[in-house]
Amino acid sequence: MNRAEADTFPKLLIDNAATRGSRISMRHKDLGIWQSWTWAQVLDEVRAFSVGLEQLGLKRGDKFAVVGSNRPRLYWAMCAGQALGAVPVPIYADSVADEMAYVLEHAGSTFAIVENQEQVDKLLSIVERLTTFHMVYDEPRGLRDYERGKLSWIDDVQKLGREKLAADPSRLAAWEASVAQGKGSDLAVMLYTSGTTGRPKGVMLSFDNAIISARNGNVFDKLDENEETIAYLPLAWVGDHLFSYAQHYVAGYCVNCPEAGETVVEDRREIGTTYAFAPPRVYENLLTLTMVRMEDASAPKRAMFRYFIDHARKWGEKILNKEPVPLTARLIYRLGDILVYGPLKNRFGLTRIRVGYTAGEAIGPEIFRFYRALGINLKQLYGQTEASVYITAQPDGEIYADTVGKPNIDVDVKIADNGEVLFKSPGVFLGYYKDPEKTAETKTPDGWVRTGDAGFFDPKTGHLKIIDRAKDVGRLKDGTLFAPKYIENKLKFYPNIKEAVAIGDGRDDVTVMLNIDLVAVGSWAERNNVVYGSYQELAGHPKVYEMLEKHIDEVNKSLVEEGVMASAQIKRFLVLHKELDADDGELTRTMKIRRGLIAERYGALVNALYDGSKVADVATEVTFEDGRKGKLAARVAVRDVKTHPVPPAAMEKAA
Amino acid sequence: MRSPTGNEIAAGESILSVENVSLAFGGVKAISDVSLDIRKGEIRAIIGPNGAGKTSMLNVINGFYTPQKGRITFKGATRTKMRPHEAALGGIARTFQNVALFRGMTALDNIMTGRSLKMHSNFFWQLLRHGPAMKEEVEHRKRVEDIIEFLEIAHIRKVPVGVLPYGLQKRVELGRALAMEPDLLLLDEPMAGMNLEEKEDMSRYVLDVNNFYGTTIALIEHDMGVVMDLSDRVVVLDYGRKIADGTPDEVKANKAVIDAYLGVAH
Repeated sequence: MNRAEADTFPKLLIDNAATRGSRISMRHKDLGIWQSWTWAQVLDEVRAFSVGLEQLGLKRGDKFAVVGSNRPRLYWAMCAGQALGAVPVPIYADSVADEMAYVLEHAGSTFAIVENQEQVDKLLSIVERLTTFHMVYDEPRGLRDYERGKLSWIDDVQKLGREKLAADPSRLAAWEASVAQGKGSDLAVMLYTSGTTGRPKGVMLSFDNAIISARNGNVFDKLDENEETIAYLPLAWVGDHLFSYAQHYVAGYCVNCPEAGETVVEDRREIGTTYAFAPPRVYENLLTLTMVRMEDASAPKRAMFRYFIDHARKWGEKILNKEPVPLTARLIYRLGDILVYGPLKNRFGLTRIRVGYTAGEAIGPEIFRFYRALGINLKQLYGQTEASVYITAQPDGEIYADTVGKPNIDVDVKIADNGEVLFKSPGVFLGYYKDPEKTAETKTPDGWVRTGDAGFFDPKTGHLKIIDRAKDVGRLKDGTLFAPKYIENKLKFYPNIKEAVAIGDGRDDVTVMLNIDLVAVGSWAERNNVVYGSYQELAGHPKVYEMLEKHIDEVNKSLVEEGVMASAQIKRFLVLHKELDADDGELTRTMKIRRGLIAERYGALVNALYDGSKVADVATEVTFEDGRKGKLAARVAVRDVKTHPVPPAAMEKAA
Repeated sequence: MRSPTGNEIAAGESILSVENVSLAFGGVKAISDVSLDIRKGEIRAIIGPNGAGKTSMLNVINGFYTPQKGRITFKGATRTKMRPHEAALGGIARTFQNVALFRGMTALDNIMTGRSLKMHSNFFWQLLRHGPAMKEEVEHRKRVEDIIEFLEIAHIRKVPVGVLPYGLQKRVELGRALAMEPDLLLLDEPMAGMNLEEKEDMSRYVLDVNNFYGTTIALIEHDMGVVMDLSDRVVVLDYGRKIADGTPDEVKANKAVIDAYLGVAH
């Protein structure tokens, strides 16, 4: 079979086994040792699994759930099913039984391939609701005494498959024929998006979607069979499906499955990944851990660390971007690499990293630059399940902390009149499963897909910047674009600010309400001899106001520099007397602010922000941890902030 | 590991019994005339108020203390006192109320020490880390890794136990006891000082050990909820005397127990 003609994953697998059969395809750390499988072995495992599943009754067109953490056999399960023409539906392993029941039922799954007893129990608790159902598990621990019937162990399924293949030589040909029957345009996988509102939607992706996107991604980042990656993000997430499955099959690189969720950092260090992908919080955690450890280090070590990190912050990015850098700075950087950066990267497991991505949400520019300064090629991308991940990404050497890059290969991006980002690409999904209405809402008749995000192309760099969800973007009275989350995120990048609520839609100016971060501001207070007795007192402290005013001034400056929202600078602000809390309904459980409710509850404060008063009184109801309710009254100060003049060019653009 | 014994608990024979044991330290009577038996495959709880003699009883069972009176029958052999090395070689392992690990050693090494009784190759081969010693070491390591997976402590394998939180130290200690592949496992307050979630985890491990490895377990515990849920039979001590013995339900209904242990309702 010609490689270019391999348009499904099973076909790619056969091709990989033929062309690079002895290369390592997957590793899994088990009992403290890295076990590995070559592509030829993977083909053997998948084939046996596939034939076994067929014996159990899995057939073309069936949907089957895959539930669990990143284990080789769950990845193989997807391919084993696809070889028969069945469609895998990965489900988030941490979802509760009810959520799982919805997805299983909606997708009409007849099989589930699950990791362990925990998932088996969860499914058994809902399985009566489902009609015919067969469960196959990977980890037998604790399942010995379960009633068999429709419950089988993967080992047994594979054994069954091997027996069938050995007993009847024509089975092999039949299996290969079944693989050949698959086409690129077939439905390959259904990924349910968690959806912030309403029920999850099943995004249908074809083999072409996933494979062409993966191929383009590989070309974009020059990924080949020599890459090493670690699979630790949820199987049900499109990112993992591309990075640990599609790109893995297309490029033929090695995917490593960690021993357990808690060992990822250690396992990553042992493997030394060359291509990595992580949401911002992973990078944040690594950095925080390092900083905390450095605090405990001896004074000379701390001094050395600080000196070289400062040097890296100054020159590291320029060196990485291959800009001209003075020789002395280069030499000191080289020395720093031996003493600090190298060991640090080793700790992070990023010594061999060629390309690292962060995506999912905005990353703090400080954190982003820190990794770049160490010489780690960390980049940002913007993607969606509906796009098979790739919409935009930053090309090597064109990295900015606040953009998401340029359209990927074969991707067209345009901005609608309301600021919404639209795209067109080979990765555009087939539709939402059993939901033509939603599909029509998202896909325009001429093939564009609405992302639901508002953004603009930065005139300076030509990169896309995402500012907010399109439905949240409003306008000031003078018509300036007002993206509350964009402003809030800029504020929240300061460690002292925990939450921010920007107000401005339909008003003359932008104002913000802030929550201080008790940990950060508390430790600042300790260092600066600021005495306080309660959260409320600290939040209202004039020195805290002063400090926050400086942060806001910097945000205003950066808004002016960017142009589009130069007129949306922050005019006034206040610091809330209590933390916004999910228990009080002010935040969602995933810590997103509820604008409507906050505007209503703190109406008195909002008025004070706009009527020019210096202080405002507010009384709110609070819910304590044990469910009791109480009243909290406070007098909150309101401050003006000076704004920066808007350059005329930006004014024009804004208007 | 050994095959499980299945659910023959009720019919299980006595693996260990103590008869009319008395133990005194000078004038203080820690245990007076107590008899109890532990059947193969069961989870047996010993409860009682502070100073009731629970830990003393465990110490008598594994030979740490020598009782003045009474007999101990273990696996059919009767003696007046158990010796610690006999207990260990005979398949009794224990954990301690205050964690007793080698704090400077990693979790892995601590659990490996539990295998030392099972090492057969001679000291010189071990010193050379070669030949039969190496082969044996690999085998032991495999057992230990099974336990590490079983107790879900892979992420702390190479961490010195001194820096671990208490709940994890307890788990490592349990791991070391399991490494001995004991027939009888004595747990001295396995859940002391743990929060609810840690207790739930530990309870699951205790049940799993009993179920999966078929290990007989005798445990001392203060948390009544845990005791009643986990154990097959409960013996209640008070001031060194046995005041009740039976299933959790029987014990809960026993008047003397309610008065002595759970408190008299006023």
